[in-house]
Amino acid sequence: MYRYDQYDQSIVEARVAEFRDQTARRLSGALTEDQFKPLRLTNGLYLQLHAYMLRVAIPYGTLSGRQMRMLAHIARKYDRDYGHFTTRQNIQYNWIKLEDAPDILAELATVEMHAIQTSGNCIRNISSDQYAGVSADEVADPRPWAELLRQWSSFHPEFSYLPRKFKIAVIASPEDRAAMRLHDIGIELVQRDGVVGARVFAGGGMGRTPMVAPEIRDFVPESDLISYVEAALRVYNRYGRRDNKYKARIKILVHELGADEYRRQVEEEFAAMKQLGLDPPTAELDRIRGYFADPAYESGLPDSVDRSDPAFALWIDQNVKAHKQPGYAIVNISLKPAGGIPGDASSAQIDLVADLAERYSMDELRVTHAQNLVLPYVRKADLFAIWQALDDVGLAEANLDLISDIIACPGLDYCSLANARSITVAQKIANRFADPARQRDLGELKLKISGCINACGHHHAGHIGILGVDRKGVENYQLSLGGSGAEDASLGAITGPGFDENGIVDAVEKVTDIYVRERTAGERFLDTYRRIGMKPFKEALYG
Amino acid sequence: MKILTGNDLPTGDVIWWAGDGWSRQIAEAVDVGDMGDDLARREEAARHVVGAYVIDATPTDDGPRPAHIKDRIRALGPTVRPDLTLKPADPEAGQWVI
Repeated sequence: MYRYDQYDQSIVEARVAEFRDQTARRLSGALTEDQFKPLRLTNGLYLQLHAYMLRVAIPYGTLSGRQMRMLAHIARKYDRDYGHFTTRQNIQYNWIKLEDAPDILAELATVEMHAIQTSGNCIRNISSDQYAGVSADEVADPRPWAELLRQWSSFHPEFSYLPRKFKIAVIASPEDRAAMRLHDIGIELVQRDGVVGARVFAGGGMGRTPMVAPEIRDFVPESDLISYVEAALRVYNRYGRRDNKYKARIKILVHELGADEYRRQVEEEFAAMKQLGLDPPTAELDRIRGYFADPAYESGLPDSVDRSDPAFALWIDQNVKAHKQPGYAIVNISLKPAGGIPGDASSAQIDLVADLAERYSMDELRVTHAQNLVLPYVRKADLFAIWQALDDVGLAEANLDLISDIIACPGLDYCSLANARSITVAQKIANRFADPARQRDLGELKLKISGCINACGHHHAGHIGILGVDRKGVENYQLSLGGSGAEDASLGAITGPGFDENGIVDAVEKVTDIYVRERTAGERFLDTYRRIGMKPFKEALYG
Repeated sequence: MKILTGNDLPTGDVIWWAGDGWSRQIAEAVDVGDMGDDLARREEAARHVVGAYVIDATPTDDGPRPAHIKDRIRALGPTVRPDLTLKPADPEAGQWVI
């Protein structure tokens, strides 16, 4: 894992001191709310429906046990004993007191964490593949690249006041586990003639105008990555709209210019920038890579696992994935227990996962954009002990990528922007499909729920997507089908008129019934939808 | 009726104008008539509240009931965590929101 150097640490500590002073001035009346609001937002502190909400950055979703334990400590000491893992691989606390916020940031700084750039019109937390470094299908470990981008984008003076927020994802596998093409800039590491470089996409995103990012460069050499991304940002910063926040994201600029013209302008800027020699020396990326070297794997470990316990075998089949190293496995910890709140974890659960990471996973864990957790370096021989420990705290749900593994934003239960509740719908659907055999029969089915058009719950990218809207003060839910955040990225299409809270659960069941009726061997829900189209589903829903 | 709400500045708690000060209980909220905006400005300037705004509500025997579900959830707490609402011991409390 990357460790802060003296500069990282001093920058973060200086920011804590600055925010402590700003908070004191706000509480004393020296700053008005209008003056203070942009300062607190820059430090991840929102004012939400019930209280202040603090969003803590987890760079590319990677954490040590010590950091995870700090997250539990904050939940226990300053919040209401739980946290919420988000679709940006971050964590949010829902009940923060303003007067405590500086102390929380100071405690985070002791474990090399912060909440900087988790809000505002700047480059947000760089996200990545939760299987980075351990997946057999990657061409390189994306984390050093993500870390380089993190360092470049942190406090970047030119990009602190962009037209709108900006999200970057880096992956390195043909299989996209990070919704890369639904980011403002998506980077896929690829290999050409034995050399690793970046395939760059720009102008993706969700929200009220969802777009799948077009490719703007098929290969950027490693040595030019920062210049190229900076050029892409510069064109956006120069021409992105600032007069209308709903048209301010880069996706609108790329769409209105057209990918070819945007690409041309970026290339022109890139050519000018290359002359300046601003890219960090290759040695810097090599230095960062040193932090992400493979751990000391043991050799000769057994690959076989005793599957005599049926519940354990089910969990292995659903939640444990192949590791590049013989004798090891990747463990996915579902934060979607039946009837639970997607992404929520109690401080006791967070502590337990920290323990497991330290004891069984080389002191490292990951947060996924699907609001789950990952132990990336697990010996297969330890799987049973891990499963038992998870089961003891209600974290052994064997439902990864099944219909109950629902992404849901906090919705109207917590969010001041939301129009409808998301969590209640997720709970009802998860309960409706609680039978493990039924879920497994339905197979991979990514269901995603947003409580408003901002789409934090990624509903556009759901095989089944649900969007909560406000219809004359009453919650109503639109259904969409056919979205994907994976390598076959696509945007869902709305089925028709919306449903009330119970009606949407029935509607989901009807579309799964059509899938079961129409599927051919080996077809996922998404495959069947793409083959037969919307018509049979609409007929089932609306007659 | 019109009632005034906002968040307590240091804690962020949801609060309601109760006539002579702020309360965390919506049942104690009073009709502010057309004085809401002036009250909001005065109380924000005094740092008693942040993000104050006026909402429509219906008077009931149990106190004002906000017209919009968002404000009812603000008043009670998250419907998915009854243990964290203002009425954790009342299993029927969530019905008030719907």
